[in-house]
Amino acid sequence: MPGDLKALVAEDQMLLRVGLTRILEAAGIAVVAAVGTADALDDALARDDLDVAIVDVRLPPTFTTEGLEAVVKARSSRPGLPVVVLSQYVEPLYARELLAAGTGSVGYLLKDRVVDVDGFVAAVRQVAAGGTVLDPEVVAGLLSARPLDRLTDREREVLTLIAEGRSNAAVATRLYVTEKAVDKHINNIFTKLDLPPAPDDNRRVLAVLAWLNAA
Amino acid sequence: MNYSPAVEAPKTWLAPLLAVPAGVGRAGVVERVRLTVLSAGHAAAGLAALVLALLMTGSFPALLSVTGLLVLWLVVPLAALLAGAHRSVAARLLGEPVVARYADTDGKNPITAMIVWARDPARWRDFAFCWFSGTGGLLMSLVPVVFLVGPLVHVVIGLAHGDWLWFTVAAAMSGPFLLVWWFLTVPMVRARLHTDRAILDHSRGERLRERVAQVVRSRSATVDHNEAELRRIERDLHDGAQARIVAAGMNVGLAEKLVHTDPDTAVALLREAQDTTLSALEDLRTLVRGIHPPILADRGLVSGIEALAIPIPIPVTVALRLPRLAPPVESAAYFAVAECLANVAKHARASRAWVVGDHDGGTLRLTVGDDGRAGADPAGSGLAGVARRLAAFDGTLTVASPAGGGTEVRMEVRCRAI
Repeated sequence: MPGDLKALVAEDQMLLRVGLTRILEAAGIAVVAAVGTADALDDALARDDLDVAIVDVRLPPTFTTEGLEAVVKARSSRPGLPVVVLSQYVEPLYARELLAAGTGSVGYLLKDRVVDVDGFVAAVRQVAAGGTVLDPEVVAGLLSARPLDRLTDREREVLTLIAEGRSNAAVATRLYVTEKAVDKHINNIFTKLDLPPAPDDNRRVLAVLAWLNAA
Repeated sequence: MNYSPAVEAPKTWLAPLLAVPAGVGRAGVVERVRLTVLSAGHAAAGLAALVLALLMTGSFPALLSVTGLLVLWLVVPLAALLAGAHRSVAARLLGEPVVARYADTDGKNPITAMIVWARDPARWRDFAFCWFSGTGGLLMSLVPVVFLVGPLVHVVIGLAHGDWLWFTVAAAMSGPFLLVWWFLTVPMVRARLHTDRAILDHSRGERLRERVAQVVRSRSATVDHNEAELRRIERDLHDGAQARIVAAGMNVGLAEKLVHTDPDTAVALLREAQDTTLSALEDLRTLVRGIHPPILADRGLVSGIEALAIPIPIPVTVALRLPRLAPPVESAAYFAVAECLANVAKHARASRAWVVGDHDGGTLRLTVGDDGRAGADPAGSGLAGVARRLAAFDGTLTVASPAGGGTEVRMEVRCRAI
């Protein structure tokens, strides 16, 4: 499906900006804007033809979290704008800030993941389609730091995979169980996390959120 | 050579009592004669001090009389004057300040002033000093004088009276006397000066407070500096090696996808990835060199500085006599010299530069100089950073950049050889 998505790339380092553009274009995702500064990113995010924005957390001028702040702001005026935030290290707090709106369409990945070209492109497409993709690193860090007592080991595994953005079918394949069994686990998770009935995608996001917020 | 490697303090009567010339030679004799003359001065002052001490002590029982008060009113300031003279002598010779802090009596009437004196520890120290100077101190200071002058006097007396027995005995005795003089003069003077300082220096506590304040300042500067360094390292990694490795990985990933459909592009991508990997390695090497240069660990500061001088585009004379020092000191000194030489290359428009340094057992002294246009700014971020780095080791940095041209950056760090 060439040209099916229109993407924005914000990355201050030319080498990586070019690399990202190349990978996306090779996968048929049109890069309609490639910017290197926070100011240019603000302008680019205002475009209304964007399907997904791929943004480096750290951008000039201060090289702190301009990228993150820009997308959080953009999503407050345009809820659900799909964004994939890239960073050279992942910080669970930033994941929580991104997910706080509870509208999904969020990806938060280590730049390392880009090396797996197919995986990265799949993640971008998933986010553009409303999914949530968290880097396994965030997921692993959170899981070890704050276990959810009410969940069984299996349910926790399922939740981890959901957080990484996998579909029910992918979770089933990964765990060598039927999709039906996965459905059951997911419903148990929703019940145990007291998540209100809602469209499935949204509940998945909320589950991840609840899990991120779990003490 | 338009520089002086070792700073020669001008010799005066009150030059610091640092290294006494070793061996029997002209310099050793001159130094001992100087100290003997000084001791004679001490002894003479001791007589005056004894008079003052007796007057003060004697006036205590007479305090209720007008005479007693009058004597004290005259004698106490005299004692302070005498003590002050000894303080400055001790300070000059020991090379450390010896400070007095008298309680303030400005604008007070004589009686009130005397009450203040009675409560002022500094005044009591003056009193104690007068006693010491007129008794034990006097004896100490007489030792060098007597052992040098004694034989001479007797020889002269023997000659003058034509008393040959006297002359012979005196001449025979002068050898052992001079031997004693040779060995006792320096320790006696040193002991005398230390005792004077112990009695007269009122500011030990004050100095400790200043020292603590200085340590607190330098420590927080060190923390700031380390913070900035860590940030720089993180930034260098983020923008350098990390980014390049990710980029190389992306190329490889894309090449993997294209290898069957578009082999030419895939090969080009792989070649690019290879170059990027090499740049990443170069970045890491540069970074490591910036954290702890391998040459410092391998060969020490002298080689490190020699290596620094090589890429400088003008001739750099390196004259260093240094033992191995603690690694953090070597590192700080290395980066300090690196910054100075970089400044020379960038700003000085010099035709030559030099790095001179030595270590005297307790202090590392380094001077980086050039003959270019002056105007180095010690408050500039580069030199200020160097000063902060050195402050962590109690080091100091001074810049001499006179309008006539040339710049010398002098650095001193207290440290021991290892």
